Amino acid sequence: MTTSTRYVLAAGMAFGLGQAALAQDETVNVGVLQSLSGTMAISEVTVKNAEIMAIDEINAAGGVMGHQIKAVIEDGASDPAIFAQKATKLIQNDDVVTVFGGWTSASRKAMLPVFERADNLLWYPVQFEGNECSANIMYSGAQPNQQILPAYTWAKDQGKESYFLVGSDYVFPRTANMIVKKHIDEDGLSLAGEEYVPLGGTDFSAVIAKIRAAQPDIIFNTLNGDSNVSFFKQLASAGISIEDTPVMSFSIGEQEAQAMGVSLVEGSYAAWNYFETLPGEANEAFIAQYRDAYGANAAVTDPMLHGYLNVYAWKAAVEAAGAFDVDEVRAAAVDLDVDTPMGTVSFAPNQSLRQTAYVGELNESGKFDILWQSEGMIEPQPYDPLTFPNKSCDLSAG
Amino acid sequence: MLDATLLAGQVFNGFSVASLFVLAALGLALSFGLMRVINMAHGEMLMLGGYLAYLTYLVVPGPLAILVAMPVAFLGAALLGAVLELTVIRKLAARPLDTLLATWGVSLILQQAARSIFGPIGVGVTAPDWLNTGFLLAGVYIPSTRLFILAVAVVVLAVLGLVIARTRLGLLVRAVNQDRMMAAASGINVRRVDLAVFCLGTGIAGLAGVVLSLLGPVTPSVGQSYIVPAFLVVVMGGLGSMVGTTVAAIILGLVSAISQIFLDVSMSQVLMLLSVIVFLQFRPQGVVATRSRALEE
Repeated sequence: MTTSTRYVLAAGMAFGLGQAALAQDETVNVGVLQSLSGTMAISEVTVKNAEIMAIDEINAAGGVMGHQIKAVIEDGASDPAIFAQKATKLIQNDDVVTVFGGWTSASRKAMLPVFERADNLLWYPVQFEGNECSANIMYSGAQPNQQILPAYTWAKDQGKESYFLVGSDYVFPRTANMIVKKHIDEDGLSLAGEEYVPLGGTDFSAVIAKIRAAQPDIIFNTLNGDSNVSFFKQLASAGISIEDTPVMSFSIGEQEAQAMGVSLVEGSYAAWNYFETLPGEANEAFIAQYRDAYGANAAVTDPMLHGYLNVYAWKAAVEAAGAFDVDEVRAAAVDLDVDTPMGTVSFAPNQSLRQTAYVGELNESGKFDILWQSEGMIEPQPYDPLTFPNKSCDLSAG
Repeated sequence: MLDATLLAGQVFNGFSVASLFVLAALGLALSFGLMRVINMAHGEMLMLGGYLAYLTYLVVPGPLAILVAMPVAFLGAALLGAVLELTVIRKLAARPLDTLLATWGVSLILQQAARSIFGPIGVGVTAPDWLNTGFLLAGVYIPSTRLFILAVAVVVLAVLGLVIARTRLGLLVRAVNQDRMMAAASGINVRRVDLAVFCLGTGIAGLAGVVLSLLGPVTPSVGQSYIVPAFLVVVMGGLGSMVGTTVAAIILGLVSAISQIFLDVSMSQVLMLLSVIVFLQFRPQGVVATRSRALEE
């Protein structure tokens, strides 16, 4: 056999195999990886529901480029190591073309090397601290300049001059607060205090004593999970009312408020890129459909919406690229308009989403009255120029 | 930073934290002192107390529900303690390492059971209005809940002290504590004493669960966050001593609260652990050394 005939044969076989894979196996696997157990399950189960809802809708409407989508659901169990394990399993054993999932920054950081090594693509739905830029992750959750900084600017415009920062002790609150502090300093305002409590911590007596002593104009709260209940309870029993000392929370959405008991957090502020109360038919239809499937009182939150939107953005990118290949999909996703319940959005070249920031006040029914919104979409900035002046996110080279 | 009001406030908070530590640790100290059993499921007795408080609130709402919840939680946790003692601990009495593992298993089972019954999301107990206030004392704001918890701890300590010092049960406990074999030889049913003390200890943990629910959510893992400080208190107090447990709880509560004036919560926990290590270097027998007449010790 000559060399050239061998090449022809090999090419023919490869072509035949490729054809067979597409023609016979009509379904395409995607991964859905959220915590279905453990401390984060309260929030992540709902994101999984929204992602599955989007996949079901797409399948009902004929799939992606004629292929039905099969969701392989895995449980990250609120443990970063398990997230990394399950991501590997999805990519290696289930041959998923992409994965939707993650919530905590720790889970994302654990999965990042897995996706980079396998050159697969993760669609991450939650607001985070920035300071990260990977070609293998699509960040649809807010960057600091799309959530925490707009909230700070809003508070500043309201005349708030002293800020007290309370957070859980891990990467998101620490980095987010580092950025806020830079801006407080830059604007000549005062930092009344900065306190961290271990994740899941329940004793806030000292923190509250310091809040009482410092008398800040506003509290920026980046606590996560159950600690919020303890914090608000002890704040109330220490006689500090939300009316006198407003609290702006960055991890309390409709779902969390409902689970904590609305009366505890009523009147507090939150900053997100989506509220259930956003006007628009697309949003009403989305909420109605979700409630049809998951109960009339089910809350709809920002991360859920982002999980839902990610699936549609992926579909649009695959169709624009005409392929499921990761490199082509992520290139096609950039600057591609996607219609979502929160309006038409698109990913910037740094693979983060352009979106509007909102500040809302929690009312007695557990919904947010929208007080303020940014002027149009905010371009995502993974690296705050003031805090990380020498870093930039350029994915065109990679 | 160090002004007198903040310091005074933190001293009060220190005692308030100490009162939680005491309530969480007393049961551990009692059962360890008497039976040399380390009950890893002790934290889940706190959890049970919290959930019983929550259920009581559903059945009897109103301002005095908390007062109903306390005996309910005490009895409920004591009952579960009795079951645990009779089915697990008694069978493994002579094998301390095995009891450790077995009770740890029970702890996991109970946590998962709570997760299945009540869900992974915490449930809340709203403090009644008469507890949701506070007052200023020399510039220091004293929340009523904290004062209430402090009072509960003092009452529990006083009652327990009376029981040990004045009642027949107390006499038997002291006898078994001093020399188990001699006590058994003189006709004391040591197993029944073990059972009674174990139930008493888990019952107190149930009470601790009720007061904890005033400060934070009741979750399946709520016991876990108190079990480590409770163990520290027991070890530092001198294994099995009531006075030692109380003194150790106050020391650790104050260390934690006062260090938080200068440090954040994570660092002050490190400091608390360090202070226990250093303390035990100089006084390995703990605050109060237990005296035993048993031959093997």
